[in-house]
Amino acid sequence: MIRTQRLAAGVCALLAALTAGLAFPAGAVADETTALAPKVDLVLDVSGSMRTKDIDGGTRMAAAKQAFNEVLDATPETVLLGIRTLGANYPGDDQKTGCKDTAQLYPVGQVDRTEAKAAVATLSPTGWTPIGPALLKAADDLDGGTGSKRIVLISDGEDTCAPLDPCEVAREIAAKGIGLTIDTLGLVPNTKMRQQLSCIAEATGGTYTSVEHTDELTDKVNQLVDRAADPVVTPVATEGADSCSKAPALKSGLYTDREEFGQERWYRVDVEPGQELRASVSVSADRAMNPDYGVLLRAVTVHGREIVRGEAAGNGRTDVVSTGLRYPKAESDDDEAAAETVCLQVTNSYSAASGVKTTPGMPVELTVDVVDGPSQASDVASFGLGRGWWLLGLLVLVGFLAGVLWGWVSRWRVAVWRTN
Amino acid sequence: MRITRVLSGALLALGLAAGPAAADSSPSASPSDGASAPTSAGTSFRTATEVEQGQTATASASTGDYLYWSFPADSGLRPTVKATVKLPDAHVAQTWQIDVYDGLRRRQACQYGAQTRTAAQGTASIELTCVLRTVRSWSEPWANDPLPGTYYVRLTAVGLKAADLGLPVDAELRVDSKDIGGAAAVDGSLAKPLVPGIAVTSATEEDDDESASAVLSSLEPDDGWASGWWTDRWVWSGIGAVLAALAGIGGYRLTRGSGRPRQVPPGA
Repeated sequence: MIRTQRLAAGVCALLAALTAGLAFPAGAVADETTALAPKVDLVLDVSGSMRTKDIDGGTRMAAAKQAFNEVLDATPETVLLGIRTLGANYPGDDQKTGCKDTAQLYPVGQVDRTEAKAAVATLSPTGWTPIGPALLKAADDLDGGTGSKRIVLISDGEDTCAPLDPCEVAREIAAKGIGLTIDTLGLVPNTKMRQQLSCIAEATGGTYTSVEHTDELTDKVNQLVDRAADPVVTPVATEGADSCSKAPALKSGLYTDREEFGQERWYRVDVEPGQELRASVSVSADRAMNPDYGVLLRAVTVHGREIVRGEAAGNGRTDVVSTGLRYPKAESDDDEAAAETVCLQVTNSYSAASGVKTTPGMPVELTVDVVDGPSQASDVASFGLGRGWWLLGLLVLVGFLAGVLWGWVSRWRVAVWRTN
Repeated sequence: MRITRVLSGALLALGLAAGPAAADSSPSASPSDGASAPTSAGTSFRTATEVEQGQTATASASTGDYLYWSFPADSGLRPTVKATVKLPDAHVAQTWQIDVYDGLRRRQACQYGAQTRTAAQGTASIELTCVLRTVRSWSEPWANDPLPGTYYVRLTAVGLKAADLGLPVDAELRVDSKDIGGAAAVDGSLAKPLVPGIAVTSATEEDDDESASAVLSSLEPDDGWASGWWTDRWVWSGIGAVLAALAGIGGYRLTRGSGRPRQVPPGA
């Protein structure tokens, strides 16, 4: 009897210990995941024009609401989602007031589906289209945490709050270095609106999509939210200097920086003898550029001698121009040989199209890997081995001739031995 | 005597058969079992979707998007990248382009294949191909030769008019490789394949850090990266040595005669 009780007590204690052990790490993990969790802010245009009935026979607003309901149902648990509106509250004619009209409908966080849907249901098309201010506020909504951040802007009209250019706003947000992407969706767009929305997307490395049907809208927003949930490596912000001596020292990793037109950026990496430095750099064209441009990455010694360079040039226009280089540092006989400091210089030959602001600089992405050095080649062919019919023919011929010669020599020797 | 002849004949036959057979052994591009093909594409080098060779990746996107995929390629292989784009119902003439970059984000040349193509107004789909150079196991740091590691593919429409931006398109991508074999076997090898972020990844592995953190590139060929030790040149050179030895014996016998000289009486 006593034994059974003891056993039961033991089991209880064990269970308690196990639960406690499991509970603490679980709690810690939960905290960590919140900090790392991807955040998405859906920014919906609720301006007066959303009343237009041209999406699948219903109003644009109805299509957006339906899409939001479906997206809220499909949002992965890991994603922190928020909703912001623009032009939802002020119906008047005063531009100044109308252009401040942006409100947080649902704060960024774990989604309570019923609550969020109820909030969306209350929306009715009202006011202006202050895209720029809304984007600024949305960036504030997403502030904090180290996970990926995404703004999905759904609009049916171009910005009505000049002179603040939403495209420049987007570029400034991206330049703050908080790793934010803005994707834009245009409902039944016209040419000017396409240009503006795709400019916003381009400024942050996002995508632009035209939407004519409700299911297109749902699919695209779902795709974007899912994309946010994909784990991505977050680059570390760094700031290159204008000369090697002042340059920041980098270790293996992924870095981002900004580089203006015609600017030089220098970084330093320490490479031990017998190690190989691999560096690649991408400079993005985040605004309207003149076609035909290039990027140059040079590895230079501290004394200014160039070791190796990578260069890339583009014709036409693409999102990014990138290049890379490898520098294997030879093994040293001296065990105490110090690491060599290699200076990396990044330059670009982009030029801004006329009327485009040149600040902030263009986004630069730099990867640095310092790995073990390669085994050097001592021959063109693998291990100096041969291959092919010519080789076989030569070997057979030489072998045969050697055999003939050897046979003849040995015959001659026997003859000599016999005469003696 | 007969045994020797049979043996040498057999060796010769084996050698002749094995040499070329090893050279064109079946390509290693086979889709890994059970892994489903990706249905989306990344939008930058950093977010590129990983595709295995032999898999058909699909993605729905909008015109004006830059679609990125990455795939692993090992030495001795010559990858072929094929992309098919289903264009929107109504569109004006559009030019599409694929670019292939290596693990250092250096642009890789296409030997042949239509890398850029213009679809005339109303065309339903367009197909692009890029046949890369053979991946070799080593090259000088100043060369741009393809090396084993990750390769990036970017698919995009270039020079779009504003009216054509943002229209829905479907893209399909497939990478297959031809095994070039020992003909491309060069000396030397990299300590680590040209996989971006590999220094960070291997450091974390050493630390035994179990955190499932994101990595720039994680795919490997089905049977791991080649060590760079094996090439069919071993077979060719070995067979050459055997044949030379046999030919030597033959030559010797021809001049030396069989056994003892004819004039020598038995027992001398």
